[in-house]
Amino acid sequence: MAGRLMEESVFKDLAKLGKYLGDTARLMVGQPDYDAYVQHTRLKHPDRTPMTYEEFFRDRQEARFGGAVGKCC
Amino acid sequence: MKKVLPHLGWAAFGIIGAICLAFVALSRGETINALWVVTAAVGIYIAAYRFYGLFIAHKVLAVDPTRMTPAVKHNDGLDYVPTNRHVLFGHHFAAIAGAGPLVGPVLAAQMGYLPGLLWIVAGVVLAGAVQDFMVLFVSSRRDGRSLGDLIKSELGPVPGMIALFGTFLIMVIILAVLAMIVVKALAESPWGTFTVAATIPIAIFMGIYMRYIRPGRIGEISIVGFILLIGSILLGGKVAADPYWAAMFTFTGVELTWLLIGYGFIAASLPVWLLLAPRDYLSTFLKIGTIIGLAIGIVFVAPEMHMPHMTQFVDGTGPVWSGNLFPFLFITIACGAVSGFHALISSGTTPKLLDNEKHAAFIGYGGMLMESFVAVMALVAASVIDPGVYFAMNSPAALIGKDAVEVAAKISQWGFVITPDVLLQTASDVGEHTIISRAGGAPTLAVGMAHILHQVIGGKAMMAFWYHFAILFEALFILTAVDAGTRAGRFMLQDLLGAFVPAFKRTDRLVPNMIGTGLCVAAWGYILYQGVVDPLGGINTLWPLFGVANQMLAAVALILCTVVLFKMKRERYAWVTILPTVWLLACTLTAGWQKIFDASPKVAFLANAARFSAAAERGEVLAPATSMAQMQQVIFNQYLDAALCGLFMIVVLSVLVYGARACWIARASSKPTSHESAYEALPEGSVSA
Repeated sequence: MAGRLMEESVFKDLAKLGKYLGDTARLMVGQPDYDAYVQHTRLKHPDRTPMTYEEFFRDRQEARFGGAVGKCC
Repeated sequence: MKKVLPHLGWAAFGIIGAICLAFVALSRGETINALWVVTAAVGIYIAAYRFYGLFIAHKVLAVDPTRMTPAVKHNDGLDYVPTNRHVLFGHHFAAIAGAGPLVGPVLAAQMGYLPGLLWIVAGVVLAGAVQDFMVLFVSSRRDGRSLGDLIKSELGPVPGMIALFGTFLIMVIILAVLAMIVVKALAESPWGTFTVAATIPIAIFMGIYMRYIRPGRIGEISIVGFILLIGSILLGGKVAADPYWAAMFTFTGVELTWLLIGYGFIAASLPVWLLLAPRDYLSTFLKIGTIIGLAIGIVFVAPEMHMPHMTQFVDGTGPVWSGNLFPFLFITIACGAVSGFHALISSGTTPKLLDNEKHAAFIGYGGMLMESFVAVMALVAASVIDPGVYFAMNSPAALIGKDAVEVAAKISQWGFVITPDVLLQTASDVGEHTIISRAGGAPTLAVGMAHILHQVIGGKAMMAFWYHFAILFEALFILTAVDAGTRAGRFMLQDLLGAFVPAFKRTDRLVPNMIGTGLCVAAWGYILYQGVVDPLGGINTLWPLFGVANQMLAAVALILCTVVLFKMKRERYAWVTILPTVWLLACTLTAGWQKIFDASPKVAFLANAARFSAAAERGEVLAPATSMAQMQQVIFNQYLDAALCGLFMIVVLSVLVYGARACWIARASSKPTSHESAYEALPEGSVSA
């Protein structure tokens, strides 16, 4: 019983780690978490329709290079 | 007792670091293992973070975990997103890490590894990480506003404008220097040129895929892109071996300069999704992957460092760059110890993603420690190769000649015994025609990395692959920086010019955009060109100019932080920023002064201009000029460089005056006067671990 619980929590931790790594890789290139965006919009702005993932992706791509200094030496 | 024990654990890291550093400093053997250097640095970083970083957080700034951050306040899921601190750490580190921390330490290795190591470690702990962290804090308390805005609101509109102007000039110098590193690495190298050129169609393919075929699928296409990159490195070897194709991809430095200028203009005008964004994905992932790979490689191989701990060139007579240890070492190693440019990142995207103030130290201070570690690895890579090879690669042809026999004789005379065979063999190992006078840092780093990585994967046969992998890795993110930087420079320029001609502010219009892009490319292109034709290798001229500019921006950012501390009525802790500010001002102003007015033409622009003028009067033509008109051009360039250097000094001095004034006024006031956004408590439940 305890072994199974532990196994489950290891898998849970691994899944969490995987998500962190994916999120980190995406944010490194300027793409924030899409699910968080959708959740935020639904929760705080129920009157708005959240962008689709494709729209969101393009919006963030434009924003990353749309003026501010994004890169260092 | 409960309170003391954990401290002892942290202190142990510092003690281990200090012991290793002492061993490195006192070791007088022929070689020393690189692990000593790496352990020394890491031990000191950990202790410094725990004790100094958190001291700044808790005592100096008094971060408030209950205070709402801009990410929470303005959360829109897009620009402002409360982000897990580990995820944000990765984002921040990827944004600050670039070519700077890789190239500076390689160039600094001409004085031996010890002076560079000491400055990298001391500089980051006391200056660089302090700056990154504090600017992040200051910006986060002001809705994530940019450095220029922060200076404007805390010091006044005039210093704000001056700082903006200074930032634009620094941008131009950085782009020129970065582009020059690529030119120096690719000149007369068909293998390198082919692989780097191949990244353009690869990126465009990725861009189209992500736009139309499977929109937004970054992961899968980045893997495909990576495989294609590796393929292009392998194919590059075949290209270089084939006489017909090799000739197609062999360019001189001047030809590459023109290609890069044309590339810069076109790339900065294309839509971002087509070329810039996909290459940014490739270069970012490759950069992070390579940094991790190199760290594993160093630990796994535990290479011996052959560079002496200190060379005779600490006296300022070095062939790679001229000038004494003070001040020039401290501006040559720019980004790895302290980099003003990071202030732009710390007041850019990062503060808009910070979920809680208490994580600012981990991200700002910790991120910069990581960058410093990259600099230490670059120093290691430059020091594991034969010192004779190092000096052959980094000395200009004007000093050592062009033929392997001549070069080996000259460098052996300096005390770094090397045979012509070793020079030829090294070149053939890495698949190049020659390794002589390949200044700029990138080729040396690539040889060092190949030296380490081939011992992990592939053996001797893979050395050429790893060399070109390293060149590609650097060129890829430098080209991304050139492209993104030209765009950013254009926005800055339009912003600046817009203050006088409002039509320029229209960043959605084609004509102002074209003019903005053109002016920006012309500015860095001109400086790049004069650097490439410089007989002393260009690095000697441009790298110090870049270093002075970058460290001066750091001084400006630290002056801002000092002013903010005074305005918060926390001036009793202001020594935390005043100390590094004074040091940076001492280094940069001395270096700037010497670059302009020193008597030696090797160091100073004006003395060199005078040397050319005197020769012109006698009717002599000095290299690199081949005609009187070119002589005049060289003289003009020297004056231009001197003027730029002078301008930087004026920028930093005027910000200093305004900063001192602001501190004075704040001190007289009885209550805090900083322009923070009003305190709002974090909503219940979001005060997380």
